[in-house]
Amino acid sequence: MLTIKNLHAEVEGKKILKGINLEIPKGEIHAIMGPNGSGKSSLASVLAGRDNYTVTEGEVWFNGKNLLEMSPEDRAREGVFLAFQYPVEIPGVSNINFLKTAVNEVRTYKGLPPLEAKEFLKLTKEKQQLVDFNTNLMNRSLNEGFSGGEKKRNEIFQLAMLNPSLAILDETDSGLDIDALRIVSNGVNKLRDAEKSFVVITHYQRLLEYIVPDFVHVLYNGRIIKTGTKELALELEEKGYDWLKEAEHQKESV
Amino acid sequence: MMNSNEIIDDIANKEYEFGFTTDIEMDIAPPGLNEDIIRFISAKKNEPEWLLEWRLKGYQAFKKLKFPTWQHFDLPEIDLQALSYYAAPKKKKQLNSLDEVDPELLATFEKLGIPLNEQKALTGVAVDAVFDSVSVATTFKGKLKEMGVIFCSFGEAVQEYPDLVKKYLGTVVPHSDNIFAALNSAVFSDGSFVYIPKGVRCPMELSTYFRINAQNTGQFERTLIVADDNSYVSYLEGCTAPMRDENQLHAAVVEIVALENAEVKYSTVQNWYPGDKDGKGGIYNFVTKRGICKGANSKISWTQVETGSAITWKYPSVILQGDYSEGEFYSVAVVRNKQIADTGTKIHHLGKGTKSRIISKGISAGHGDNSYRGLVSVGPRAENARNFTQCDSLLIGNQCGSHTFPYIESRNKSAMIEHEATTSKIGEDQIFYLNARGIDTEKAVALIVNGYVKEVLNQLPMEFAVEAQKLLSITLEGSVG
Repeated sequence: MLTIKNLHAEVEGKKILKGINLEIPKGEIHAIMGPNGSGKSSLASVLAGRDNYTVTEGEVWFNGKNLLEMSPEDRAREGVFLAFQYPVEIPGVSNINFLKTAVNEVRTYKGLPPLEAKEFLKLTKEKQQLVDFNTNLMNRSLNEGFSGGEKKRNEIFQLAMLNPSLAILDETDSGLDIDALRIVSNGVNKLRDAEKSFVVITHYQRLLEYIVPDFVHVLYNGRIIKTGTKELALELEEKGYDWLKEAEHQKESV
Repeated sequence: MMNSNEIIDDIANKEYEFGFTTDIEMDIAPPGLNEDIIRFISAKKNEPEWLLEWRLKGYQAFKKLKFPTWQHFDLPEIDLQALSYYAAPKKKKQLNSLDEVDPELLATFEKLGIPLNEQKALTGVAVDAVFDSVSVATTFKGKLKEMGVIFCSFGEAVQEYPDLVKKYLGTVVPHSDNIFAALNSAVFSDGSFVYIPKGVRCPMELSTYFRINAQNTGQFERTLIVADDNSYVSYLEGCTAPMRDENQLHAAVVEIVALENAEVKYSTVQNWYPGDKDGKGGIYNFVTKRGICKGANSKISWTQVETGSAITWKYPSVILQGDYSEGEFYSVAVVRNKQIADTGTKIHHLGKGTKSRIISKGISAGHGDNSYRGLVSVGPRAENARNFTQCDSLLIGNQCGSHTFPYIESRNKSAMIEHEATTSKIGEDQIFYLNARGIDTEKAVALIVNGYVKEVLNQLPMEFAVEAQKLLSITLEGSVG
C-alpha cells in the first residue's frame, strides 16, 4: 500500500526528515511515536503534500503510484487522508456543503457520477451514526466555534465519509478528554477493515489501548530508530524515550 | 501547484467576457457640454417645456458644483467637454413591436444572455434593454399593464405619463444634489420608469439591462421607481460594456419612492468593463442611488454585487421618513487588478421606530483597493431607531487594500446603533485543508468566497443569485494568498 524509501525533507532550509524507511501493507495499523520535535507531524505533512516542506531525497509509493509527484488534492482523491492535528476553521462554509464538495470531487476523479442529494444524505446519516457525530454540527460553518473534541470528531467523521485506503491520524488524541478519546477511537475501530491502513501518530500509549496497532515505530531526530509490536508502546510508557535516544547517540558517535 | 504570485498573475490575465462591440449605425451628438446640447437632447426626445427647464436648472447647478475631494482615491481628470452626450442606434422608423427592433441589437442582447423575445425570455422577469443612451425594448409590457403596472423607458414615461414623472422626478435626488447627479439631470438620455399602483404586488421581477457600446460617450440614464400604498416590486439591474482603452463615464441616477406599506427591492449585478490588468480603460461608475420610505411601514432594500468598473463610487441610500419604515443595504464589492471601489450606504432615520440593516462584504485581490464608507444618521424625532451594521473585508494576496469609514450621527438618545467589522485573509492553511480533502485550489477559493458572501447573495432572486455566484467565481478564478 505505502512504501517510504529513504525520505529526506526540510522546511525553510532546516532538515526535518533524515532518511525514513517504512512499509505499510494493506489492512495494518502502524503507530508512530516519538518525543516532541522528532518529525512525526512533519512526516504526516509531507505525505499529505503541504507545500512548505521540500523533499530533498527519497521516494514514496502509494498503490504503485509516485505520491510525491501528485498535488495534495490528487493524493486525497487517490485515497490518502490526513486527520489534522489542528483542523482549521472556515467561516461561512457549511460542514455539509464542504463534505458534499469533497465527496463528489473524489467520485469525479474516480469516474463516478456525483451523489444525488438523497443518496448523499443517506450516506451522511449512516456515517454520522457510525462515528457518533452530532447532527447539530453538520449545518454549522466548518469547524467554526467547535470545541477541540468536536473538531477531532469532525476529522473522524470526514474519514468515514471519504473512506480512504490510507488514513494518517496526526495526534488525534491531543486535547481530548477520556470520553472523547473513547468515541474517536471507537469510530476508528469501526472503520478498520482488511482494505484500509492506518498510520497513528501519537505521544501517548493511552490511545493505543483503544486503537491497537500491528506495529509501533519510534521516530527520533528524523529517523525511525526502533520498530516493535504494541508491547514497545508499553515499554516506552514506562521508560520514556531517553534509553532509545542514548542508544541512538552512541550509534552516531561510533 | 501554483504559488500565490502565479495565481495572482493568473486572475490578472483573466479576460473580460463581454468585451465585444456591436457595429451599428448611430446618431451621435458632437462632443461638448452646453445649453445647446441640452436643448438638442430635449428636442430629440420631444420633451415638454417643464422638463427642458428642469434640465437647464440641473446644468446651472452643475456649473457651480465642484468635484468631491473626500473619496479614498485620486479622482482621475475627466474632460467632460470631450464627451458626446447623446448616442442612439439609428431608427429607421417608429417601432410598433419587438419584431421591428434592429436584429443586430437583438443579437447583441442575445449574446449577453438577455433574450428580448418574450417566448425565449426568462419566465417571471420583464426586461427593459438600454443600449448606450436609449431603451431599445421592454418585454412583457402588455401583461404588466393589465395589472396597472407601468414599466417602460423613461422617455416613453415622459410622453405617456407626464404627470407621474413630474410629480416624482428629482424628489429624492434633487437636480443639485452632487456634481454627477446635476450632470445627469442636465443630460440624462433614457432609463427605466416603474409605477406600481396601490395594492398591487408586481407579479414578475422587473429588470433593466444596460449596455454601453459607443466610443467617447458617457452613459447617463435615470431610473425612477414609485411604489404606491401597499404595493411590492422587485427590480434588477445588470450592466456590461465593451473593452476599450479609454475610460468611459457612467453617471446614472436612481430614485425610489415607497409610499405607505410599500416595499421595493432593488438589486444590481454590476459587471461593467473593469479595465485591463495595468488599469488601462474601464468604466468610471459614479452613480447616485437613493430611495425614500415616505409612507409609514414602508421598506426599501438595496442589494448590490459589484464586480466590474475601473472605479465604483456609489452609496445607495435610504431616507427613512415614514414611521416604522425600514431600510436595508446588502453589498458585495470585488476589486482585483487595479480596480477601485469606494462604496457603502447612507441611512437617514427620520421617523419613529425606523430600522436599518447594513451588510457589506468587500473582497480585495491583486492591486485592488476597496473602501466601505457608510453613514447612519438618526434625527431628533426618530424615537427608538435601530441600526445594525456588519462590515467585513476579505483579502486575497498581499498587494491589495481594504478600508472602512463608518460614520454615525445620532441626535436621539433612544437610538440603538450597532457596528461590527472583521478583516480576514484566505489563509494557505485553509486552502491546504480543503486540498487535503480532494478539493482543488480554484474550487477551494470559490467555496470560501461563496461562503463569505452567502448572506448577501441570499437576498438576490434565485436566477440572479446563481448568475452572481458564477460571476464571482469567474472574477476570482485562481486567486489565493
